[in-house]
Amino acid sequence: MDNNLKETVRVKADNINFFYGSKKALNGINMDIYANKVTALIGPSGCGKSTFLRLINRMNDLVTSSRVEGQLLLDNKNIFDKDVDVVELRRKVGMVFQKPNPFPKSIYENMAYGLEIKGVKDKKFTDEKVFESLKKAALWDEIKDRLNDSALRLSGGQQQRLCIARCLVVEPEVILFDEPCASLDPISTRKIEELIIELKQFYTIIIVTHNMQQAARVSDYTAFMYLGDLIEFGPTEKLFTVPKDKRTEEYLTGKFG
Amino acid sequence: MIIKSINTQRLGFAALFVCIIIALLVLGSLIYFIFSNGISSFSWTFFTDIPRKSMTAGGVGPAIIGTIYLVIGSIIVALPLGVITAIYLCEYSPKNLIVNIIRLSVNNLAGVPSVVFGLFGLAVFVKLFNFHVSILSGSLTLGILILPGIISASYEAIIAVPQSLREASYALGATQIQTIGRIVLPAALPGILTGIILGVGRAAGETAPILFTAATFYARTYPTSIMSDTMALPYHIYVLMTEGTHPEVQKMIAYGCALILLILVLAVSGIAIYLRQRQRRKYG
Repeated sequence: MDNNLKETVRVKADNINFFYGSKKALNGINMDIYANKVTALIGPSGCGKSTFLRLINRMNDLVTSSRVEGQLLLDNKNIFDKDVDVVELRRKVGMVFQKPNPFPKSIYENMAYGLEIKGVKDKKFTDEKVFESLKKAALWDEIKDRLNDSALRLSGGQQQRLCIARCLVVEPEVILFDEPCASLDPISTRKIEELIIELKQFYTIIIVTHNMQQAARVSDYTAFMYLGDLIEFGPTEKLFTVPKDKRTEEYLTGKFG
Repeated sequence: MIIKSINTQRLGFAALFVCIIIALLVLGSLIYFIFSNGISSFSWTFFTDIPRKSMTAGGVGPAIIGTIYLVIGSIIVALPLGVITAIYLCEYSPKNLIVNIIRLSVNNLAGVPSVVFGLFGLAVFVKLFNFHVSILSGSLTLGILILPGIISASYEAIIAVPQSLREASYALGATQIQTIGRIVLPAALPGILTGIILGVGRAAGETAPILFTAATFYARTYPTSIMSDTMALPYHIYVLMTEGTHPEVQKMIAYGCALILLILVLAVSGIAIYLRQRQRRKYG
């Protein structure tokens, strides 16, 4: 990792606490996430990595009786501020989920949905964006002849790439991946990983993963979380080869988790 | 031991098979009975004419049209109300005691005898609102009668839509209304359609709720507005079988009416099943 390169902070977590009811799920998280880098969040189940991820596009708003403290700055603006439009935020911060979740509609309708809800009526513009995003997601060649087929007929790996392409249509700046390969076979997983590396030139990417090899393969930075604490954060290479914290080392070597 | 369990399994299958045969026989003989007795009345005049010669000749046109009006009216009343209620219960209401009480009440409402709905309709729509005995009063009464069914079916259909689809929609920057309108409701449509079929069947066949609110013994004309009273097939069957002076002739006309009713309900079911299948074929 070349630390001489000047890197811009795109997302900054400033002392974040998060509660599900009375249960504290995140303890004072501080983290810088750099633009055009892939940041991986690793840690055992229940460590709070998905909770943290879901704060960045405020998906946790949907969880009743949850509460957040602290600041999460996206381009120096706290996304928890009252005047933040959550719809705007989610256009800026796209998300890909653990299980592929295409809508029970055609491939094209899936792709156009993000623009449709934005009120875009221009068919030509929509077409352009849809095709461009499918190409970016390396799906175009496989499905260009059957855009009107049901998205549910695609294979699991194709569905997941469709979900990635679908989120590119609204031109996000940050993309959150929540264990995107958890339900995929090795070949599909490899395609998604290549895609993530490909996409980081345009986007800031944060990925939650249970697979440490995956984190090592795709990410530039890695955060190790444990029981709601951020234990260690640093360039992936360093964290994997010379972890500072004993718990990080134990987790990476498979002593627990 | 193995042989014994195989024999038990065979016995089980045989028992299930017998049950299915019995059920199908009952259904088959009912359809055959209605069909063979009713078909003799069928003719063009039977469908279009009004009853003549104290119900021994002519047709039952006004009753057919009346039933169709009442069914359409009750769906217009119950469908939006039911679906919107179900949306509220699934998507907006906090999941607490009050909602559970509402759901329990809805389910209990489904068990209320239909004649009670008839009396309610008489007291509220006919008398209090002064809608008189009319298609309007009858549609409102039937609408309330089928409302619990529509709510339950819609509720089950909406709650069964995977949360992951809602999340996908929100994550793309959709508002709650957009998510419900464009993702949740289309996905729940097959289940809602099932609720509508059951509702149509019930609204078309019920006699008690329209007895005091919409039905008339005899009409010389087709209903002219939603404020007119009307003949209706189930009530007309009842009248044919209990009144009049030519029971044998009237009986055959009653079977004819029953057959029309059966065909109407089956036709609606058929259309709904077709729509459901098409949706499934497209996106299954």
